[in-house]
Amino acid sequence: MAPEKNPPERHQRPISPFMIGPYYKPQLSSILSIAHRASGVFLSVFGSSLLIYWLVSLSQGPAAYHEAMLWLASTPGMLLLSALCFAIYYHFFNGLRHLIWDTGKMMKIEQANRSAIFILSCSFIASALTIATVGGWL
Amino acid sequence: MAELSLPENSKISKGQHYPAPESAARIKTVKVYRWDPDTGENPRVDSFDIDLDNCGPMVLDAIIKIKNEIDQSLTFRRSCREGICGSCAMNINGTNTLACTSAIRDISGDIKIYPLPHLSVVKDLVPDMAHFYAQYASIKPWLRTQSPTPADKERLQSVAARKHLDGLYECILCACCSTSCPSYWWNGDRYLGPAVLLQAYRWIIDSRDEDAGTRLDELEDPFKLYRCHTIMNCTNTCPKHLNPAKAIAEIKKLLLTRRGV
Repeated sequence: MAPEKNPPERHQRPISPFMIGPYYKPQLSSILSIAHRASGVFLSVFGSSLLIYWLVSLSQGPAAYHEAMLWLASTPGMLLLSALCFAIYYHFFNGLRHLIWDTGKMMKIEQANRSAIFILSCSFIASALTIATVGGWL
Repeated sequence: MAELSLPENSKISKGQHYPAPESAARIKTVKVYRWDPDTGENPRVDSFDIDLDNCGPMVLDAIIKIKNEIDQSLTFRRSCREGICGSCAMNINGTNTLACTSAIRDISGDIKIYPLPHLSVVKDLVPDMAHFYAQYASIKPWLRTQSPTPADKERLQSVAARKHLDGLYECILCACCSTSCPSYWWNGDRYLGPAVLLQAYRWIIDSRDEDAGTRLDELEDPFKLYRCHTIMNCTNTCPKHLNPAKAIAEIKKLLLTRRGV
């Protein structure tokens, strides 16, 4: 459309509301996608920092390593490890779901919703088994 | 970078309340987004209590009733009232759909109506679609051929080849899918969005089109195509029950397979 000559003074147009939650209904499709991104960021920031911390403490000798292991066994340490455990399982299983989608399969909305529930269950069960095994409860 | 909240001039304030007539027995509250370009005040949400015993069955009937009987300045697009023109696409109770094919009785509680998300608002429920249409024009959505036009007949297509267009040709370009996509909200300036990509695929796999290679070349771009992260909000919301996410996956597959991967 050609611009009008001498356009009348207009007020700047607002952007229509879009945010997931108050204006756009959260659904499995979008929430799992956001969670995939979030778990990836969480793993790269906290997972890699923890790995570096662990390796550095190892290089500093038995006393430093013992201290690091003590911290990891403390409540905040165990919480962080449990969260990382769930994040890596979730990211892995959802990553497989994405690989299947990349072949063009399982893309009907009912299939996507069912696979969403399936990979969520897998992530919870795998995390629970891992935590129970490491914790010696199994 | 992804913006997560509305800019200052787009924040929504509480609007007016229009009570139903005394005689009304079955009352439904319809909350409608309003923005008036003449005053330039921030958008507001007006609530209208309407009498369902005196109203058609669809959400579109309710807003037409409001315009006819309560506030004639209420502005929205509508035309066919049977889900084939795509004009009355809007955000109804948190998902994009056509007002004319959404039944009021399927909605429990208040009906909340906003314009299609993350577009600039011309007035009330009318968003600016110019960019969306320009993106559609950019894929040159017509039969592109190299062979000479047959002299005495049309370009024919077998029944089997025609079947490939099922689930694609039904798209009415209402923009429900594109404006439900978070990627499109945040990168809509360069990402083509599900509706336009579904249309692009519709021409790529048309047996009569002879320009699929060029079409794929034009789409092979980190933003135009690959901002799709298979969120699937598009397929979830399509009022015609089509599958734009699948169409996009098929384009990505074609880009790989033509390399011999």
